[in-house]
Amino acid sequence: MLENLLVQGLSGLASASSLFLVASGLTVIFGVTRIVNFAHGSLYMLGAYLAWTLVTGLPRGHLGFWGGVLGAALIVGVVGVLIEVLLLRRIYKAPELFQLLATFGVVLIVQDVALLVWGPQDLLGPRAPGLRGATEVFSVRFPLYELFLISVGPVVLVLLWLLFHRTRWGTLVRAATADREMVGALGVNQRMLFTTVFFLGAFLAGLGGALQLPRESVNLQMDLAVIAEAFVVVVIGGLGSLPGAFLAALLLGQMQAFGILIFPKITLVLAFLVMAVVLVVRPHGLLGKAPSTQHAAGPVEPLLRPSPREVRLLGWGLLALAVAVPPFLGDYALIVLTEIAVMMLFAASLHFIMGPGGMASFGHAAYFGLGAYGAALLVKHFAAPMELGLLAAPFAAGLAGVVFGWFCVRLSGVYAAMLTLAFAQIAWSAAFQWTELTGGDNGVLGVWPSGWASDKLTFYYLALALCTGATLLLRRAIFSPFGYALRAGRDSPLRAEAIGMDGFRIRWFAFVLAAVAAGIAGGVFAYAKGSVFPTYMAIPRSVDALLMVLLGGVQTVSGPIVGALAYTWLHEQLMRLFELWRLFLGGVILALVLFFPQGLAGAIGRRGGRE
Amino acid sequence: MTLAVEGLRKAFGGVKAVDGVSLSVAAGELLALIGPNGAGKSTCFNMLNGQLRPDGGRVLLEGRDITGMAPRKVWRLGVGRTFQITATFASMTVRENVQMALVSHARGTFDFLGALADRHAPRAMELLARVGMDAQADRACGVLAYGDLKRVELAIALANDPRLLLMDEPTAGMAPAERVALMELTARIAREGRIAVLFTEHDMDVVFAHADRIVVLDRGKLIAEGAPADVRADPQVRAVYLGTGHTHGVGA
Amino acid sequence: MLLDLREVHAHYGRAHILQGVTLSVAPGEVLALLGRNGAGKSTTMKAIMGLVRPSGGEVRFEGTDLAGREPHEIARAGIGYVPEERRIFTELTVAENLSVGRRPPRAGLEPWSEARIFEIFPPLAAMRARAGGRMSGGEQQMLTIGRTLMGNPRLLLLDEPSEGLAPVIVERMADAILRLKREGLTVLLSEQNLHFARIVADRAAVLEKGRIRWEGAMDALMADDAARAEFLAV
Repeated sequence: MLENLLVQGLSGLASASSLFLVASGLTVIFGVTRIVNFAHGSLYMLGAYLAWTLVTGLPRGHLGFWGGVLGAALIVGVVGVLIEVLLLRRIYKAPELFQLLATFGVVLIVQDVALLVWGPQDLLGPRAPGLRGATEVFSVRFPLYELFLISVGPVVLVLLWLLFHRTRWGTLVRAATADREMVGALGVNQRMLFTTVFFLGAFLAGLGGALQLPRESVNLQMDLAVIAEAFVVVVIGGLGSLPGAFLAALLLGQMQAFGILIFPKITLVLAFLVMAVVLVVRPHGLLGKAPSTQHAAGPVEPLLRPSPREVRLLGWGLLALAVAVPPFLGDYALIVLTEIAVMMLFAASLHFIMGPGGMASFGHAAYFGLGAYGAALLVKHFAAPMELGLLAAPFAAGLAGVVFGWFCVRLSGVYAAMLTLAFAQIAWSAAFQWTELTGGDNGVLGVWPSGWASDKLTFYYLALALCTGATLLLRRAIFSPFGYALRAGRDSPLRAEAIGMDGFRIRWFAFVLAAVAAGIAGGVFAYAKGSVFPTYMAIPRSVDALLMVLLGGVQTVSGPIVGALAYTWLHEQLMRLFELWRLFLGGVILALVLFFPQGLAGAIGRRGGRE
Repeated sequence: MTLAVEGLRKAFGGVKAVDGVSLSVAAGELLALIGPNGAGKSTCFNMLNGQLRPDGGRVLLEGRDITGMAPRKVWRLGVGRTFQITATFASMTVRENVQMALVSHARGTFDFLGALADRHAPRAMELLARVGMDAQADRACGVLAYGDLKRVELAIALANDPRLLLMDEPTAGMAPAERVALMELTARIAREGRIAVLFTEHDMDVVFAHADRIVVLDRGKLIAEGAPADVRADPQVRAVYLGTGHTHGVGA
Repeated sequence: MLLDLREVHAHYGRAHILQGVTLSVAPGEVLALLGRNGAGKSTTMKAIMGLVRPSGGEVRFEGTDLAGREPHEIARAGIGYVPEERRIFTELTVAENLSVGRRPPRAGLEPWSEARIFEIFPPLAAMRARAGGRMSGGEQQMLTIGRTLMGNPRLLLLDEPSEGLAPVIVERMADAILRLKREGLTVLLSEQNLHFARIVADRAAVLEKGRIRWEGAMDALMADDAARAEFLAV
């Protein structure tokens, strides 16, 4: 028994080392560029694939293996430089969510590129020469390679510490972390600085991936799997803190090693729960510090006004069309239109907390999915009618909003985004792993509308009424005293507090409102599809919502509606026409971020000469 | 006394930032709090408005103990504030900024179905007229000139009929003539409404021209208190703070 | 002339802040840029430094037009910038702050070293290893000037060096600037404090609404009550 625990502990340390390599790169890049690099997991995956190609292609032996590992890490470093120079350099001043989204675009592109180059099958690499055997540790046999990995983490930590505290480059990087513009004004070429930092971060990720070769197979799921863990590590440790990342990697490595013995199914939930608790107790992580005020002053949010008369007329015109035309359309068109109505409300609900609230959510799908499950589970377990299911949907989502929101609205910026992502992952894991209740991966089937609404056209009208009604209520709320109070907290928390407003309760209530609205959308969606799956709560669904909002423009009132229309249509077309739709979607995201930072509605508004 | 502070203390990591400060401000009086950087002015100020919890001592507002209360509770009891760097809601118009203070005062923040446009607009215009900003009521706060923003802040601070105004460096970043105008406006409003005003300030011209009384802090302790002329003549104040007077024109 | 601005324009978003600033700084002089808040003093400094990209005009330094260059290129050309908010690196020690500013020596100038900085600002010598965030406002002001001097500039831009400092510290700052001038440095400073400007500056230029409205000797400005009342409202 004791031996067993020891082996688990050691293998936890080995995992911690690999995790630290990825997380250290992520945290170093964040420290200087303030960008949370979603594509860091993709760099890790590329490291593993490239190492496989190099190691299997080069002659066998030490040179072939270690040369291949190092070569792969260097190539990934260069890929990182390309990403920095071609993409990130242009968006350093963009809002955090845009940056996160841009790097998510890279994730999509890398996924399809890796699929094209290396194919869909898992690849197995050779074992490390010289480290093939096992050794006895306290009379327990333990693989040598694992022991080697255990030593890699501390060595890299020490080397990085020396690099940052004992070299001029390191001093400059630390100075740039605090105030990039000032460093530039002192004669330092900060572009070069950023590029070299990105090289280092990408190199570490590539090395982390390459070193996995003898341990596990290389596959296309590595990127999102490792990035979720790396996020947890850097957030628990404190964004930008290397020792923090090291500590957190150790903690997480051990938790997974032993968690698997105790709760084999919920290790992921466990990790995210730890993160949620740490963030509430220490909002900037174990060793992180509150970010210093950056001097590149953010843009002043524009005056928010109700849409001009023409736009409102156009809106009513569209609604009239949405009511009048469908009787003449076929089933497929009705299904797409129903989906558009649902997505419009989903986008509007996210926009409510992102725009006026200024809160970043990377896990809004949780409330959409919980709405859907709220309805579906009533059907599955109690054979409830649709009317009851549609009532339960906002209730379930709202309840989750009350609980999750209480944590999330305490934080701001990327920390809040990470925490919302964490809660969405918890909800997703629960749906995925709690098979007895949710049916797991198979989902819940047979969630059909009541008899009177079973006709596609009738159900479309029902969806349109519910979704448009809720969207209009949300729009009304933006111009209500509450909507203004929400915006007040975003514009100046200091002033809001000084005129007696309770910022926490205001944001919390807004979060719950948004969750309720997303729940309605989810409930309607469940009955439209007739089934509910865990993917309703997965990261890509949250990204859908973000894309719709950003496509429409965050600081415009009609943005989410325009965004939902454009995105749902685009998505439908891409899925239908292209096998490599991820590549195209990634490209569209990058184009959006680079060329339409104000979103479509914003761009149209500007062209129209409106302030 | 509108505000009475007794033996206020605060230490950060063993360093005594504020060490037993007592002071008082009467209704309608302008009291200036001055001293070198790091003397404890901001710490003192932040304990009065609730941003910081004191380690010891008491803060009494019209006899009521408000020590350690959260800023928004302090505000509800009648303490208005302006900030060194103006803090207004940039995405709203000047009038909407004042309306929000009125909405909060009337506890109407959680109304999410009505429209703000119908809430307290006439009262907001009255307040703006008092500070001379009614003509710019429909402009966005984000595009106002700095001196005008300071006036808007004053109007916001007046929205809950305060008994006490706390002004952190009210004239920082303003031109000399604007400074005089703002302080004259403040003094008039304070006298008319019997509002006590406590302000910190680095511009000695402003301090000596507009304060009724001055309190000088150095290293967390109160080293002088009195009428402007007495404080100016105090040798200790000259040594630690005022210097020879060449750089501010109010010395010898 | 060491520095020549010709018809420099600059925008913040839609706001037209600098509307054709023309200004010259001669080698070895201290020129005070005066004007109300919002007149464009800080923006002029930032436009020279490349922190705000000029939307028109020329910024000639030693004969070369620097308009549109990156801040680090402008710093390397020999212009040192000390920002109004000081902006020291709070996590770095005093010594590290100074080392960030370090650049190679410049021909014809005695190179700056840590020791020479400590000579001008003695209080810094005793706190070499202290984190920048744990210094008083006056000490931070000394550090930010010292850090910029480490780049061996020919021209020093000081944005409101007396803002927010106690009068006794302001007096010390004036002494330091006069000493730098004696050592051959050229200084362009923006100021609101006329008393301070009178002590340190040889000449003055007054900005209003993004244009230079008055230029001449500092003494002449102090003698010209009408000009002071019109442009500076004192």
